[in-house]
Amino acid sequence: MTENGVMSRAKVLTIDTINPTVKKVEYAVRGPIVQRAVELERELSQGMKKPFAEVIKANIGDAHAMGQQPITFFRQVLALCSYPELLSDNTFPEDAKSRACRILQSCGGHSMGSYSASQGIDSVRKDVARYIERRDGGVPCDPDDIYLTTGASDGIVTMLKLLVSGEGATRTGVMISIPQYPLYSAALAELGAVQINYYLNEDKCWSMDIPELQRALDEAREYCNPRALCIINPGNPTGQVQSRECIEDVIRFAAKERLFLMADEVYQDNVYADGCQFHSFKKVLFEMGPEYSETVELASFHSTSKCYMGECGFRGGYMEIINMDNEVKAQLTKLVSVRLCPPVPGQALMDLVVNPPQPGEPSYDSFIKERTATLSALAEKAKLTEQVLNTVQGISCNPVQGAMYSFPRITIPEKAVKEATEQGQQPDMFYCMKMLEETGICLVPGSGFGQKDGTYHFRMTILPPTDKLKILLDKVKEFHQKFTQQYS
Amino acid sequence: MSQQAVNGVPSRGKVLTVDNMNPNVKRVEYAVRGPIVQRAVQIEKELREGVKKPFTEVIKANIGDAHAMGQKPITFLRQVLALCAYPELMEDNKFPEDAKKRAQRILDACGGHSIGAYSASQGIECVRQDVARYIEKRDGGIPSNPDSIYLSTGASDAIVTMLKLLVCGEGHDRTGVMISIPQYPLYSAALADLGAVQISYYLDEDKCWSLDVAELRRALNAARQHCNPRVLCIINPGNPTGQVQSRQCIEDVIKFAKEEHLFLMADEVYQDNVYAEGCKFHSFKKVLFEMGPEYSSTVEMASFHSTSKCYMGECGFRGGYMEVINMDPEVKAQLIKLVSVRLCPPVPGQALLDLVVNPPQPDEPSYTTFMKERTAVLAALAEKAKLTEEIFNTVPGITCNPVQGAMYTFPRITLPQKAIDKAKEQGQVPDMYYCMRLLEEEGICLVPGSGFGQREGTFHFRMTILPPTEKLKVVLQKIRDFHLRFTQEFS
Repeated sequence: MTENGVMSRAKVLTIDTINPTVKKVEYAVRGPIVQRAVELERELSQGMKKPFAEVIKANIGDAHAMGQQPITFFRQVLALCSYPELLSDNTFPEDAKSRACRILQSCGGHSMGSYSASQGIDSVRKDVARYIERRDGGVPCDPDDIYLTTGASDGIVTMLKLLVSGEGATRTGVMISIPQYPLYSAALAELGAVQINYYLNEDKCWSMDIPELQRALDEAREYCNPRALCIINPGNPTGQVQSRECIEDVIRFAAKERLFLMADEVYQDNVYADGCQFHSFKKVLFEMGPEYSETVELASFHSTSKCYMGECGFRGGYMEIINMDNEVKAQLTKLVSVRLCPPVPGQALMDLVVNPPQPGEPSYDSFIKERTATLSALAEKAKLTEQVLNTVQGISCNPVQGAMYSFPRITIPEKAVKEATEQGQQPDMFYCMKMLEETGICLVPGSGFGQKDGTYHFRMTILPPTDKLKILLDKVKEFHQKFTQQYS
Repeated sequence: MSQQAVNGVPSRGKVLTVDNMNPNVKRVEYAVRGPIVQRAVQIEKELREGVKKPFTEVIKANIGDAHAMGQKPITFLRQVLALCAYPELMEDNKFPEDAKKRAQRILDACGGHSIGAYSASQGIECVRQDVARYIEKRDGGIPSNPDSIYLSTGASDAIVTMLKLLVCGEGHDRTGVMISIPQYPLYSAALADLGAVQISYYLDEDKCWSLDVAELRRALNAARQHCNPRVLCIINPGNPTGQVQSRQCIEDVIKFAKEEHLFLMADEVYQDNVYAEGCKFHSFKKVLFEMGPEYSSTVEMASFHSTSKCYMGECGFRGGYMEVINMDPEVKAQLIKLVSVRLCPPVPGQALLDLVVNPPQPDEPSYTTFMKERTAVLAALAEKAKLTEEIFNTVPGITCNPVQGAMYTFPRITLPQKAIDKAKEQGQVPDMYYCMRLLEEEGICLVPGSGFGQREGTFHFRMTILPPTEKLKVVLQKIRDFHLRFTQEFS
C-alpha cells in the first residue's frame, strides 16, 4: 500500500497471468466484427442515424434468428414435457402426447428437471441408435456407443481433449481443413495441441484431396505426433458434400496412417445440389468390410442446431464412437460425468429428431410439409446465392452443395490490401468491416476460417428469408462494386 | 505394405489408448457419479431383469437431484417454459396472465422470438439485467452490473471456465487453488483436468465444519513451497457438509484473500437452502461491499448460482450464472471470447433462470400458489435436515453434525479395525467398502467420504436428504440397522 492509502498492487488475474492458451483462442464467428455489429445495433436502437435501418447478422448459422419457424411437432412435445398438465389438453395430437410420455417415463421422477445419466437418457440413446441404423441401411449401431452432448461442439471438444497428449515433438497433432469451422482451431489452441492444416481445393468445389492430406501429414510428422483427422461433411464454411469415393479414400488414409477420425456431420440433412448425397462415415466404413470397420477408430457428430430443425438454443447433440478402446471409453464416461449431464430439453428434442412422426401418425403430414418447406427454401436460397454472387465481377462463388453458408472468393484491390495492412487489419476483415459500417450486413471474413495465402473470402449464411436474401445479395454486390471502384 | 495387409488381420494397437490419451483426464475422479453409482445402476438393471435381491428398489441418495426423489417442479416456472416452447399456448386460457407476460418478454428477447435461436454468448441481455436486479434486491441495494453477469450451463460450467482462466505457470509457478476438505468433487476434477495444484484446507468437523482462517493460512504457507497459490474457493452453504458460514467468517475470508492476493470463488448454489436456527445466508458480494472500498474496489471475486438446487431443483435444465467483481477489463474480454466458442448456454435454462430471479410478485395472479409451493419445498427440506441429524445421532458409531443448509448430510462413521483391514485386503478405501456393502445389502446408494476428502483416519459418507419424508425415515432406519450389523460383524 502506498503512503496515500491507494492500492498499488496489480490484480491477481491479469492479461499476463491468465492461462496462456486461452489467449491463443480465436472464434471469428462471434469475434470482433460481430461485437461491432452488436454495437451498431445498440446505436440504431438509440436513434443514431446510419446508412441502413437494421443490422443483418449473416455471420452465424442461426436459422430461427433469421425467421425460420420451428417444427410444430417438436415444440408441442417439448411443451408437454415441460408442463405435463397439458397432457389433458385436447389441442395436442396423440402422437405428441405419447412421445412426451415416453420421454418423461425415462426421466427421474418423470421430470425434465432431473439430471439424466451422464451419457444421456437411455431410451434416447436407443432411439438415436435406431435412427443411425435406419439412416445407414441397417448397419448396426450400439446404444452404448452413443453419447448425448450439449450441442455437437461439446462432443467435439471432449474427444479432442481425450486425444491430446505428449510434449514437444510428440505433442498430438490434429488435422483439420482449411477453411474450417473455427471451433476446431479454438479447441486446439486451448488444449495446446498442434493444428495440422490440409487445404481443400477451391478450384474443384472445395473437394478433399488425398495427396494434400499426405503432404500435410508428412510435413507435420517433423514436429508433432499426428493422431487425429477431422472432416466436416457437409462442409462448413464451404458447403461441399464429399463424394462416397472421397470418403472411402479418407478412411483408407486414416487406417494406413493410424489416425483417429472425427466426422462432423451436423449438416447431414442440408444437401441441395443435384448429384450430391450425404454418405455417413459410419456407413461407408462398414461397407468397406471388417478390415476397416473393425479397426478404424471413428467419432461421428450430430446436432439439433442445423438441418431442418434449427434448434440452436436447445444445445442438443450426440456423438457415436466406433472401435474405441474399452479402457478409453471408461475414461470418456468418467470425464462426461463431471459435468453431470447434457441439458435434458436438448436430449428430449434429439429424441424427436431421431424419432419423428411416422406415416399414419396424426402429425405426419404437417411434419413432412414443414420439413420439406424448410429444406427446399434452403436449397432455393443456396442456388440463388451462388447465382447472384457469380454475377459480380471480383466475386467467385462455388456451388453451395450443402450446409448453410456461401464462402465466395473476393478480389480485393491492391490499394485496399495496403490500407488494411497499414491499419493492422486482415484485408478481408477490412472489407467486411466496411461492408458492415456501410450496409449493416455482418459477414465473417475468410481469415476467420483459414484460406490460401493471398486469397480472400467471406462467409455468409443463406438463412435470411428469400426476399430479404435477394436484397442482401444485391447490397453485397453493390458494396463490392463500390469498394472495388473506391480502391482502384 | 502395411502389417495388416501381410496377414490380413489387424495386428497393431489402437490409435487412442489409455497410455497415450490425455494424462490429465486419467487423473480426474468424480465420486458423485463414480464406481458406486455405476454398481447401483447395474443392480437396478438386475432388479428389472428379475434377479432376486434383499430389496426391491435402489435408492439413489448419492446425488443432489430433487426431482428424481419426487420433489415437484414449481408450477409457474413450468407454465412459462411451456409457453416459451410452444407460443401457440398464449391463446390458452389455462395459463395465468403473469406467466404469459413473462414468456412474451423472454421470447421478445430471443432471436426470431424463438428459444431455438442462439443467444448472445454471455446470455440473453434482459435475463442478465433481471439477474443483476435480483442480486441488488438480495444484497440490500448493492449495485450489480448486468455486464458482470455471465449465464452458464449450470454453475459447474462457469466454475470450470473461471478455473481455466486462472491456471498458468509451470513447476513451482503452477497455479494453486485452495479448496475445502471435504469439497464437492467438481473442484478436484477440474483442477486435475487443468493440471493445476489443489491446495486443501480442512474444515473443522468439531465446530460444525466451520472455516478457520488459521487453517487457511497454514495450507497456503505450506503450498507456497511448491506452487503459486492464486485462488480460494468456498462453497457456502457447504457441499457436502451443509455448513452455513457466519458473517464474521465471510469477512475474515475476504480479509485473508485480500492480504494473500487471492482470487475468490464463492459457490453459492444452495443460497436458499438454509435451515438451522441462527444461520443465515450472507452473499460474499454483499459482505465484500459492506466492508468498504478498501475491499470492494480491490478483491477480485466470482460468485456462482444455479437453477439446480434451492427450491427449484431444476437440474436437467442446466441453468446458472456467475457474477464477476473487479475483474481486469482485458481479462474480461478474454472471458467473453472464451465463452463465445461454445456459442451460448442452453436457452431453456436461461429462461428458467429469468423466472427464478424474477418470480411472481405479491400483486400477481400466480403469487399465492408460487409462495405455497416454494415454502412447502423448503419446509420439507428443513424438516428432513433435522430428522436426518436426529436419527443418525442415535446410532452408536455415527456422529452427524447439524445439517445447517444445502441438501446433504456428511456424518462421520466409526469403522471397526477389522473392517478397515478387510477393505485394504480388497484394495478398497474403507468407507467405499462400507458403502458398497450397504448398497449390496440394502439397495441404498451413498457416496463414501473419500470421494470428497476427509482427515486421515476418519471416514464419512454423503447422503442426500431428498427422499420424501416417509421414505427418508425408512432409509435412515435401514442405515442404522446396517451400521449396527456391520459393526457387529467386524467386532
